Amino acid sequence: MKFFNRPATASVLYDTPGPNARARYRLFGALSVLGIAGLLWYVISALADNGQFDPDLWDAFQYNYVQQMILDGLLATLKAFGLAAVFSLTLGSLLAAGQLSDHRPVRWVCTSVVQFFRAMPLLILIVALYYAFFAKNPMWALVLGLTLYNGAVQAEIIRSGVNAVPRGQGEAAYALGMRKTQVMSGILVPQAVRSMLPSMIGQLVVTLKDTSLGFVITYNELLFMGKKIASQPLNAAGFPYIPVVLVIAPIYIILCLLLTALARWIEARGRRGANRRTSAAA
Amino acid sequence: MRTSRTLAVALCAVALTATAACGKDGTPASNAASASNAPALPTYTVKTDVKVDSPVIAEAKKRGQLIIGAKADQPNLGWEDVASGDRSGFDIEIAKMVAADLGFTPQQIKWQTLVSSQREPAIAKGQIDFYVGTYSINDERKKTVSFAGPYYIAGQDFLVKSDNTSITGPESISGKNICTATGSTSIQNIKQYNPKITQFDTYSACVEKLMSGEVDAVTTDDAILKGYASKYAPKLKVVGKPFTKENYGVGLNKDDKVLRDAISDALKAHEDNGDWKKAYDATLGASGSAAPAIPTLDRY
Amino acid sequence: MGFLFEQDNFALFRDGFLQTLELSALSSLLALLLGTLLAAFRVSPVPALRAFGTVWVTLFRNTPLTLLFFAVTFGLPPLGVHFSYLTFAVLALGGYTASFVCEVIRSGINTVPLGQAEAARSLGMNFFQTVTLVVLPQAARTVLAPMSSVFIALPRNSAIAGAFSVAELYSAQQTFSERGYSIFSIFFWVACAYLLISATVATLFRFLESRLAVAR
Repeated sequence: MKFFNRPATASVLYDTPGPNARARYRLFGALSVLGIAGLLWYVISALADNGQFDPDLWDAFQYNYVQQMILDGLLATLKAFGLAAVFSLTLGSLLAAGQLSDHRPVRWVCTSVVQFFRAMPLLILIVALYYAFFAKNPMWALVLGLTLYNGAVQAEIIRSGVNAVPRGQGEAAYALGMRKTQVMSGILVPQAVRSMLPSMIGQLVVTLKDTSLGFVITYNELLFMGKKIASQPLNAAGFPYIPVVLVIAPIYIILCLLLTALARWIEARGRRGANRRTSAAA
Repeated sequence: MRTSRTLAVALCAVALTATAACGKDGTPASNAASASNAPALPTYTVKTDVKVDSPVIAEAKKRGQLIIGAKADQPNLGWEDVASGDRSGFDIEIAKMVAADLGFTPQQIKWQTLVSSQREPAIAKGQIDFYVGTYSINDERKKTVSFAGPYYIAGQDFLVKSDNTSITGPESISGKNICTATGSTSIQNIKQYNPKITQFDTYSACVEKLMSGEVDAVTTDDAILKGYASKYAPKLKVVGKPFTKENYGVGLNKDDKVLRDAISDALKAHEDNGDWKKAYDATLGASGSAAPAIPTLDRY
Repeated sequence: MGFLFEQDNFALFRDGFLQTLELSALSSLLALLLGTLLAAFRVSPVPALRAFGTVWVTLFRNTPLTLLFFAVTFGLPPLGVHFSYLTFAVLALGGYTASFVCEVIRSGINTVPLGQAEAARSLGMNFFQTVTLVVLPQAARTVLAPMSSVFIALPRNSAIAGAFSVAELYSAQQTFSERGYSIFSIFFWVACAYLLISATVATLFRFLESRLAVAR
């Protein structure tokens, strides 16, 4: 229910409605509900008229083999995501460290690497990696492509996080006689990670979604399986593209929402931990 | 009744994570029925003492598996049944007979589905050992891969809705919306006639677009189109005036003359002992045309 | 590297480049308009609109863009919507990016000090006036940085359209690799094109930032 409650920020934008305004909002509300419901009804009836709810089109999903295929695809998606997540976070930290280095050549190289991979379309990167090096093993083309691109983005996130930590923190640490590595790893990065966690997890959601590009290089992930089911129909009723989208899309959405929920949980836990520590120190 | 079935199917899909709690095994009855009417498939004797001095085969022997690239969405030609994972079709039979002569049983074949545009890199980089799937032999492709064959001659044609009378051949497609697959020879062949070209990576996407009325015709080789026409009869028909000659070959690594000769020998042997004809009747024959003459192999 | 200047390769590359530009420009426009509208929905006093905005953003942000392309290219025609593939691509890419634009704008609105909106309201402005005249112009400044990443990402994402019958750079890359040119030299030119686009977008945003900057 929290979902639909009035957000705190919004209430500032308009006065607490009086009776007239409330009536007006109710009218708008009713009209927009009608509009949205009408649109939904149109979509559903048009799909039905088009025969998209014809049981024959949905037939494939009844078979064990097909269900197993979707499950295998899901696992393959998760595998590529897991590998890419670990590698991209590692690469991101390394590149961020390089970008914040005191040595100009290191900084320069890392910054150009980050800028290059941030600008390259992932699809083109993956296809090029596949054709050039990983034709035998498309999964690694996908994982490496995801790692390079998301690593670059994660590096930018970490770097801006470190830069956003109040200057006094670093200065105080240097004043205590800590070396640069100690300042970074002990003081700046932990604070940066805490503040940047939502963006980092947001980028992990992007990583998860982008595993679907594996379908162009024959990696058997979820979307690849979906496409197979859609393009090799079991009967002459037609190609079940819409049923496949209606089955596959919720799986992706649920996965991404779970990941986002995990992010919120970690964030809440981190905040609680931080509070406990400060109160203990006080 | 219909809605309740839809609901049941939808529930199945939802319960999918609970792995196959309400799943069915096997293939739909309609597919099985068409299979039983068709003439029987030939069986191939797997040779045991095969000596092919090719690195690709040595590698395959070592892993105990022959990796063959194929198409999966072409009825009667290169088809994979998603309900059982079984492959069938003329190209699949050709692949099986070649594999048998190289010493591999059908169980030892690992199929890899590849769309048209992925064929050259997959062969050149060794993702697959060889490729059997409506692969037209031409000089441009010979720069990156080599071919054994031809084992079949097809011709480019058009697939249209049954009530379409305006498309009669390549001369009548100017301004019409024509769909074909990325990376196929078919695009080059029709460009000069000024159609609007739509491209997807598979022909099945094109056929879907034809059925939903967004494109006026799908063009590629008649062998492929006839499969769709018979599967979706009576909605679709093939125009029936092929205007090119497409020699289908088995695609393999460019430098592997030994393997090419071995595959050519295998094709020749099975063409001579009647397996070719039997395989044709059991697969492409179901699309409604009698077996053509077997083309002569081009060994180079 | 020289292959680009053989046969009609350059024409193909140029057409692909222009198509990428056109697709990106149109989708940016759609994303900006739709995203602003959705953001307005999400902060509006009407619960139904807020819910609509939330659902849209949740659905579009969490669906892979590739799947969205499938849904649009194969899902709209049965609904009786027949457009060119370029338009389908603009819809998919624009609708997807709009959900990100919406979130950026919404968080930008959050950064505008409360007093600003309160002052506007006490001057008698209504919701529409408060948002368009007071809050959004100020939000625009803080929104620029995250907005630039969204719009640098957009041309990059547009490559997916190449797999859905739009003849842009990715599809040019495919044609070149079918013609048997080395993947490295193809990648070099395509990379150059995308770097050019993203550098242009980045410069544009930096220019905007300097124009909108105020002493604080």
